[in-house]
Amino acid sequence: MKIWDWSYVWEAFPYLYQGAIVTIEATLLGFAIALILGLVFAMIRQSPNRYVSTTMAEIVEFIRSTPLLLQLFFVYFVGPQIGIFIPAWTAGVGVLGIHYAAYCSEVFRGGIENVDGGQWEACTALNLSRTRTWRTIILPQAIPPMVPALGNYFIGMFKDTPVLAAISIFEMLQQAKNFGGNNYRYIEAITMCGFFYYVFSLVASAIVQSVRVWLNRRYHLQ
Amino acid sequence: MSEFVLRFEDDLTKRPRASARRDELDLDIRRSEKVMNEPIVRFENVTKRYGALTVLDELNLEIARNEKVSIIGPSGSGKTTVLRMLMTLEHINGGVIWVDGEPLTHTQKNGQIVPASERHLRRVRAKIGMVFQHFNLFPHMTALQNCMEAPISVLGLSKKEAEARAAELLDLVGLGDKKNHFPIQLSGGQKQRVAIARALAMRPKVMLFDEVTSALDPELVGEVLNVIRKLSAEHDLTMLMVTHQMGFAKEFSDRVCFFSGGKIVEQGPPSQLLGNPQNERTQQFLNAVLETR
Repeated sequence: MKIWDWSYVWEAFPYLYQGAIVTIEATLLGFAIALILGLVFAMIRQSPNRYVSTTMAEIVEFIRSTPLLLQLFFVYFVGPQIGIFIPAWTAGVGVLGIHYAAYCSEVFRGGIENVDGGQWEACTALNLSRTRTWRTIILPQAIPPMVPALGNYFIGMFKDTPVLAAISIFEMLQQAKNFGGNNYRYIEAITMCGFFYYVFSLVASAIVQSVRVWLNRRYHLQ
Repeated sequence: MSEFVLRFEDDLTKRPRASARRDELDLDIRRSEKVMNEPIVRFENVTKRYGALTVLDELNLEIARNEKVSIIGPSGSGKTTVLRMLMTLEHINGGVIWVDGEPLTHTQKNGQIVPASERHLRRVRAKIGMVFQHFNLFPHMTALQNCMEAPISVLGLSKKEAEARAAELLDLVGLGDKKNHFPIQLSGGQKQRVAIARALAMRPKVMLFDEVTSALDPELVGEVLNVIRKLSAEHDLTMLMVTHQMGFAKEFSDRVCFFSGGKIVEQGPPSQLLGNPQNERTQQFLNAVLETR
């Protein structure tokens, strides 16, 4: 028996391709949720009402302090027992998004707090509305420096997608494992998976880097 | 708190009654005279505390229309707080600030005095502009865009109108050729002049200058003061300025207020207050300041 057999590579390809699509979809959707929800979390944490901001801080802390897999089990397996039925895909992408939203919200919070307090005062003095202040003054200054950290979480989330297998979503690694099981042959499929994760991560970090450069230029930040 | 509310209500009810006594014929004339003679800004027993520290202690201060007032005093005397409260950057703990005849942070609702809504705040605040010690320009916008942002989004000007207004004001402060520069490309003095133009673009009635030359290199102070000089000579603006530039305060102001320990210790025309101060603390302060020059 050969250690590496190219015929298995070609045979595994369609399986892995299907899985890769699922993995990428889950990553993109999950990260979109993480970004939007993370920003919402961060803005709620800035609330002048102490109870609101403390509650939000506790929720974020809780999500960050428990494993992703546990949260997934909770929604998918515990949920139905208390009458909440959520399809695997929705639950998977949703939990991934919420889990990373907690991390992203910390990045957003740091970025927002880094904006000089004088900017807020200038906005008040110029009578800008709250929304206008956030949208045109604070966020354009806060977001560019956050891009590298957000990019790390994007890649981190991508590498966390295999947990979706635990609630029977056929993402790439699960497909590879099944292929291996069916053929008693793991090396090609698993190696190909690894290669794909590696390449995707490299491409993603290159994209993050150029987004950062572009944003800095666009907003004339150093 | 209840005491403050009572006094406040008295004030609101007293005013119309007083004018009702007057002859009906010249009521209107008197009323308009009254509006013109009424101070544009009036601090009435305004108190500000940070925890146990009282920064301003029952401050009473009236500023007439078009009056130029300088506020001087040692650091920690509450002089900057006066400006910041007027700009609603600080909450007040007691008393009332009147702007153009309206209470700044309170409104009357169903006969009760309640904290003002955001809408009321924004309406009254529109009459006031402020220039900061550290400029606080928006770093991601050009000089022109800095001056256009608020006129477009707050006053509802079209982009064209806002641009014309911003360009005119940048010309006024002598930066017509730096319109498309970003703050990072400007010197401190130029930044501060953009900040002045930005505040003026909102057409405020009252301009607040908070130590506007303190963060500047000495050789750049002059260009900023020249702009303020020009403004006060050519425009009907009430100006309130916290400054350490005694020479400028003397030449620019109608009145100088010396603050110490959260109170106005002494005030008067600049020649008198700076030339012949009566209060011992004023004398000490001026001696100390003038010695270091």
